[in-house]
Amino acid sequence: MAKMMTGYDAVAEAVKACDPDVIPAYPITPQTDIVERISEMVADGELTSEYVRVDSEFNAASTALGASAAGARTFTATCSQGLKLMSEPLFSASGMRLPLVLAIANRSLSAPLSIWGDHTDTFAERDGGMIQFYAEDVQEAMDNIAMAYRVAEDEEISLPALSCLDGFILTHVQEKVEPFSRKEIREFLPERSPVHTLDPSDPKTMGAYARPEHWTETRYEVHQAQLKAKDKIAEAVEEFANIFDREYGLGYNGLLETYRAEDADVLLVALGSVCGTMKYIVDEYRQRGEKIGIVRPRVYRPFPTEELCEVLEDAEAIAVVEKDISLGYQGGLAIDIKSALYSNGSRIPILNFIVGLAGRDVKKDNIKNIVEQTKELRGKLPEDIEFGKEERWEPLRTELLEDDKK
Amino acid sequence: MKTKETKENKIPDNYMKQIRIHGRGGQGSVTMASMMAEAGFESGNYAQGFPSFGVERLGAPIEAFVRFDDKEITDRSQVYSPDYVIVQDSTLIELVDVAKGLSEDGMIIINSSKDAKEIDIDTEAKVLTVDATDIARRHLGRPIMNTALSGAFAKATGLIEKESMAKVIRNTFGGDVGEKNVKAMEEAYRVVE
Repeated sequence: MAKMMTGYDAVAEAVKACDPDVIPAYPITPQTDIVERISEMVADGELTSEYVRVDSEFNAASTALGASAAGARTFTATCSQGLKLMSEPLFSASGMRLPLVLAIANRSLSAPLSIWGDHTDTFAERDGGMIQFYAEDVQEAMDNIAMAYRVAEDEEISLPALSCLDGFILTHVQEKVEPFSRKEIREFLPERSPVHTLDPSDPKTMGAYARPEHWTETRYEVHQAQLKAKDKIAEAVEEFANIFDREYGLGYNGLLETYRAEDADVLLVALGSVCGTMKYIVDEYRQRGEKIGIVRPRVYRPFPTEELCEVLEDAEAIAVVEKDISLGYQGGLAIDIKSALYSNGSRIPILNFIVGLAGRDVKKDNIKNIVEQTKELRGKLPEDIEFGKEERWEPLRTELLEDDKK
Repeated sequence: MKTKETKENKIPDNYMKQIRIHGRGGQGSVTMASMMAEAGFESGNYAQGFPSFGVERLGAPIEAFVRFDDKEITDRSQVYSPDYVIVQDSTLIELVDVAKGLSEDGMIIINSSKDAKEIDIDTEAKVLTVDATDIARRHLGRPIMNTALSGAFAKATGLIEKESMAKVIRNTFGGDVGEKNVKAMEEAYRVVE
């Protein structure tokens, strides 16, 4: 039955339903409420998981890795600097082919110190072999936990998965959610059945030393598992829709969702909660007969190349709007989308807008500015955009910049 | 199915109501937003409650937001053009532009023992005062005025049913404390025109 829940409550409920064996936890804002809520569940006997209070995020991820190696279902949550500390064991977990599920309450990275949200933390983990889901609302943040377990623990995949939700914007909002129970999720999410586990009666080594003649092949296999995960995600969203009556991008293998995109001249591409605000602006333009739409990748790794090419190919201009910047080049999502489209023969001009860093509110006026700037590129070619002018900051307070003060 | 169809049909029709709550850290602005959102949901609407995300230090000015609509609310930006403003602590009026962006057709509800005419505030919107602190002191023995203020809001705006507010208050606090808070809410509901 639907009820009002915060994002952190909904994620904790999802974890409870998925019933992990081991939950190592270390607090960090704005994730803390998730593991705090879970600790209450354990203390109240609602959840029988081993709840391990560790001394750092490095230890949290390492404990999850060790437990996963022993065959356990694990959960932990973090963000920002905490994810940096987890980075080393997480890269190991993918190489060791160990499934772990993490909730990430996306938050900026220091410096300057900020507790507010953007996607810098998870984008910095892009190359680590972790599957990355991004939720638009609280319901999806909850549902993605179950999907992350199912895909990560699939024996053909066996990789860590990050289930990302925008820090504060989604963790601390209260809205309508249809929670699922342990009984209901059982049909969708089977017990974990690991192929290889650490077992004293059958000793083996995991994650050992590999010489150059072997290492490349382990990396190749992680890459193949990532690509294979696309099919598994497609199966998972389909079965999820059958059981729970909620769909996530069924027409695009569960990898992306669209909003009024089918006949759009101008498409906005973005991850996560900002797409919700964009819908109001798209509706305003549509009322005036202007064909604007939204494409929202739900999964960033594996990258939905084919699906993006299919949905974007008829647009006249594209804005990639993201809460991340690969310093010294452009936003990570824009780089990937250009690579996907332009290597498939597309000639659509693409602008890259950097927004919402460290919790700067993305206002409707910002989105209107983005649409207006992108509209001007209709009928033009990628090379019509001057080098160094593809990426724009919306907004940039130039009065705060060093040059301006002089 | 998670009705993608209704999302497609969403057209701005000015139904959505936006509320901004001004309080000080420790006064329970976030709890109030949360209870109001829940009561709005209980009253049959879609609702969204969220804090202005920050480091909430005791006594510092803070804000929290609520939205109500007849359809799913996906707006993730903060509230800049509220239909209603609630001020938990009238000393904030000198420090913060509490009426900023407030709709001319809207209303500002201030917790104060003064008459609305005595409040110096730059707005075309209706100004309503209620002595929620006094009501809270009498019912709870403590100056925690959120439940009384929510009763004033329910009456003045009609956006929340009194019964829904009472149900949420009982669920939130439980037992004797819950009942006392319901009484405070109901008194404010009665005294507000």
